[in-house]
Amino acid sequence: MRMSRIVRIAADILYPAVLIFGLYVVAHGHLTPGGGFQGGAVIATAGALVIVAYSYKEVTGWLKKNVLMGQEVIGLFGFIGVGLLALAFGQVFFFNYLANSGSLFGIPVPYGINAGELNTAGVIPLMNFAVGIEVWGGLTIVILYLLSGLEKEGC
Amino acid sequence: MKKMLVVGVSLLILAAFFGAMAMSFSFGSPKMTDMDDYFLRNGQEQTGSNNECTAVVFDFRGFDTLGESTVLFCAIVGAALMFRKMQGGEEYEDE
Repeated sequence: MRMSRIVRIAADILYPAVLIFGLYVVAHGHLTPGGGFQGGAVIATAGALVIVAYSYKEVTGWLKKNVLMGQEVIGLFGFIGVGLLALAFGQVFFFNYLANSGSLFGIPVPYGINAGELNTAGVIPLMNFAVGIEVWGGLTIVILYLLSGLEKEGC
Repeated sequence: MKKMLVVGVSLLILAAFFGAMAMSFSFGSPKMTDMDDYFLRNGQEQTGSNNECTAVVFDFRGFDTLGESTVLFCAIVGAALMFRKMQGGEEYEDE
């Protein structure tokens, strides 16, 4: 059952805004409050919004379960892979090998209050992205699975 | 009347219990501060992250986050198993 046209158009307008806000929370996890888990949860609410506004059958055409499951697996293995890559640099598991290195995400940060720079914090942003993708896929697919019982009812 | 008395006495005992609990802790002056001080003094320079919480969660305690991600993954695999499509002729088992 779809909601009225007003609700559907409002959901259409809000969907990209919620996505962008969630990605902002993920990308700025090392500067502002938030991080991978919180940003991923915000993005998952965008999926819930579309499911509420449209019917379950229509939404399964746009949000594919295979793609979301792949996102989840890629996120988890990306997280572990970023941690394991430290072994290639001759460090221990989960060592922050990119921080203060001057390369990607490697600008040194002084102690104390500063303006904040996106290109800092070493592997933390990479891990934030990995966890964000994982939570995004995971929470959305849980909503889809919990609603899959509606398939027989024809809603 | 008797019920009111019972409720009143129970509330009083509960209030005394939680009040004593709150009084017995000294907030703001922990006994061991070495680890907190280390994170606050060196976390920003060592990890380059202005957000100290993220520095602790994703760097100093990366294993904790790894466990969290694994728990989330296992929960979703469990949900997927519960709500999977039934094969031909397969039914839920009734106890």
